[in-house]
Amino acid sequence: MDPQLQPLMDVLQQVKGYIYPNEIELQWGLLVVVYPYVTGLVAGAFILASLERVFNVREVQPTYRLSLLTALAFLIVAPLPLLAHLGHPGRAFEIFLTPNLNSAMAMFGFIYAWYLMVVLLLEIWFDYRKDLIQWAAGETGLRRFLHRALTLGATDLSERSLSFDRGAGKLITLIGIPSAFLLHGYVGFIFGSVKANPWWSSVLIPIVFLFSAIVSGIALILLLFLFSSLVRGKDVDMACADKLASFLLYALIVDFSLEMLDFIHRLYEAEESIKILSQMISSRLFLSLVVLQVLVGTVLPMLSLFLVSPAFRSRGLLAAPAELRRLVYFSAAVLIQIGIFSTRWNVVIGGQLFSKSLRGLTVYKMELLGIEGFFMSALLLLLPFLILYLLVVLLPPWPDREARVADG
Amino acid sequence: MRQQISRLSIVFGVLLLALVLARHFLIPKSFGKIGHYRAAAVDAIAARKIKYAGHQACASCHEEIVKLHDDRRHRNVACEVCHGPAAAHVEAPTEIRLPAPKQRGYCPLCHGYDPSRPTGFPQIDPVSHNPLKPCITCHNPHAPETPHTPEECSACHGEIARTKAVSHHALLPCTGCHETQKQHKITPQLSRPSKPASRAFCGQCHGVDASSPKEIPRVDLATHGERYVCWQCHYPHFPELK
Amino acid sequence: MESAGEPEAGGLDRRDFLRKSLPVPLTLLALLRAGEPEAEKKAEGDASKPPAYKASEHNYAMGIDTSRCIGCGRCAEACKAENDVPREPFYFRTWIERYVVQTNGETVVSSPNGGIAGFPPVNETGIVRTFFVPKLCNQCANPPCVQVCPVGATFTTQDGVVLVDQEYCIGCRYCIQACPYGARFLHPVTHTAEKCTFCYHRLIKGLVPACVEVCPTQARIFGELKARSSPLTRFMRLHEIQVLKPHLNTEPRVYYANLDGEVR
Repeated sequence: MDPQLQPLMDVLQQVKGYIYPNEIELQWGLLVVVYPYVTGLVAGAFILASLERVFNVREVQPTYRLSLLTALAFLIVAPLPLLAHLGHPGRAFEIFLTPNLNSAMAMFGFIYAWYLMVVLLLEIWFDYRKDLIQWAAGETGLRRFLHRALTLGATDLSERSLSFDRGAGKLITLIGIPSAFLLHGYVGFIFGSVKANPWWSSVLIPIVFLFSAIVSGIALILLLFLFSSLVRGKDVDMACADKLASFLLYALIVDFSLEMLDFIHRLYEAEESIKILSQMISSRLFLSLVVLQVLVGTVLPMLSLFLVSPAFRSRGLLAAPAELRRLVYFSAAVLIQIGIFSTRWNVVIGGQLFSKSLRGLTVYKMELLGIEGFFMSALLLLLPFLILYLLVVLLPPWPDREARVADG
Repeated sequence: MRQQISRLSIVFGVLLLALVLARHFLIPKSFGKIGHYRAAAVDAIAARKIKYAGHQACASCHEEIVKLHDDRRHRNVACEVCHGPAAAHVEAPTEIRLPAPKQRGYCPLCHGYDPSRPTGFPQIDPVSHNPLKPCITCHNPHAPETPHTPEECSACHGEIARTKAVSHHALLPCTGCHETQKQHKITPQLSRPSKPASRAFCGQCHGVDASSPKEIPRVDLATHGERYVCWQCHYPHFPELK
Repeated sequence: MESAGEPEAGGLDRRDFLRKSLPVPLTLLALLRAGEPEAEKKAEGDASKPPAYKASEHNYAMGIDTSRCIGCGRCAEACKAENDVPREPFYFRTWIERYVVQTNGETVVSSPNGGIAGFPPVNETGIVRTFFVPKLCNQCANPPCVQVCPVGATFTTQDGVVLVDQEYCIGCRYCIQACPYGARFLHPVTHTAEKCTFCYHRLIKGLVPACVEVCPTQARIFGELKARSSPLTRFMRLHEIQVLKPHLNTEPRVYYANLDGEVR
């Protein structure tokens, strides 16, 4: 036997109950967990950026450009895990050539292209155009060349032209919000529309995906905001951090309620699949779902944010000093990332741990090396931060108004 | 036109053109001819080589044996069930010969006793049935006959026989309840054994005034489940006791 | 032009509706594709395909009488040989399941190596009923796998068989996830999706699928769905027919007789 198939032989030994013979091989592994996690961060970061633009939330203004660049960095990486997991990555372009319009997955090409080209890049371009021209004017060498090239030659700095930029930016943000909803709602739909799989098949999945995306996106920006302030040696703008934390808490509450609704709904309807699903939750998914996703990733950060953030009272329930609040925000945001990653894991891997015969459970053996292995996924999760670093160097997102920072 | 619009139009125009060109040159030629797929794929799949030649192919050379086979119990068992895929042999009859499984392990694949098999299907216990003798010493696989008509019903009704053997009815012969013509052992489907038809039949032993040994459980047929026949509640091959 | 040549279906169901409303975007696609040379000599003049064969005149289906299956596994064996299915026990185009319904209310299902080498002895006490069930791709008339394929690499032919285009499949495995019957797998060598083709290469030569050819008890019956007289029409007339997972509305074209409710 092919030694590559040895892991499958091991899985065969660990199957509990009956699974269809073709189900021994688990088809969507860690890479497919990374994909919805990354697109969730994109959608969440963008929605946060839109808050400032559309709803004029002044406090989060310092994170506006950072959010856009973060969304871009992660969006660039988003298709890579998908590409890497394909049996024939070289044929991926077929999705643009002959998309099957009945297929949810075929829409990926359109939605991704729309979101990248029409929404994100355009919004960044309109927002940065004035700065690009001004930067280029005072620079030399490569930076000057890049900044000039990025203006695409549109160097008009007249007031009319700049107000057009603002108007266009606002319009794109308006289009962008439903687009961001579409981007991640669509990822949820890919799973939610699989009627063969009772763990996935649910109308709530796209909405749960969306709100968990918002949660993860805000948490990520909060982390980056705190981290970048530290690296740049600036004082943290606590008004901004408090506001982010409050939004994070609101989103977390909605997200958790939706997840509980989904859970209770399944439990109450108790369909054919309930037996095997509850077996799966209490055995194979106990650590990643009950402990990591719910307790560590949701309840714990929710409680701590509830206590210290000024979400419901202007000084927070505990009136904690700024330093403590920063610490709590930071740890809550980290826990939330762990929780949301577990959420994606539980959806993607969980949906394949039970047999569609509803008679047995299998296991997922994660590889370490190899294209679908742990290191590949870790690399793909680090890559956006590298891209973000380059973007930040090229397009500094920091607001010039140092005065505001000093206030915090 | 605004400068921004015109510059962006160029970028998007170039991208769109690239997409249209890519579509033009890269979509396979037969795609979409019949439906949303490559029509050429159907031909490619249709062109795959067959491995099983089909039972008609055998008759053209092995006329005698096919004629014999088609007349007997194994008529529905195609040649390639036992001899394996024959297409290569049909193309090169002398170079490529087909195996004939003669070892004892092969026939029990179908005829070994397994309770999951439908009753009436001839099954033997490979351990106790003439141990170590290859099946073909007694049975011709092309014209299978039992060397003598089976004296035991268990030859074909193993699951029932085994169930009954550990039940309270173990000592009752099958023929005590089922009248069986001799012909049933030769053409089982055409001559079916009888089945008891009335409550009175069971009453011969289980009725209150039956003359059977007294340890046999008795019921009053007049009052005991009077709307039903006995086997609607009790399984005669494994009668349940209260 | 996209909907031409699809197999005819009964009333106006969801698929018909979709098919009829789809031409709008599809026409756009067709426009993009216009100007492509239509003639394709190579595919037309394939020698392996008898010129007499007209796909649109056929509509294949399979019947399975579970009460006849003896679990000998010859079908699964023949399938692997006929279609070069990898021999490892994780890849099956067809397989046999054994059901043992026990008196304690539990149902034990097994399919060691797809049933190819037979089944181990079963503990005979405490059995309510026990039987074998052959499984394979259900060749659905409303196939979820075809619906989800992003590129059109799996499709329904005019004669009603769902096939996979090995040269075009990108290996995303969405079809494997979408199949409720576990009938698909990723071929370890070609890295493309695979499944039962009803032995399409045999059908067009007038032969029956390999599993049907070798079934010693005629538990599998193959034929045209709408023929006036055929083993399949007889089978359909004389049995009460069920399909697997009917609530999913996949409209299987593999019809089961004497199917137990425990079978999923």
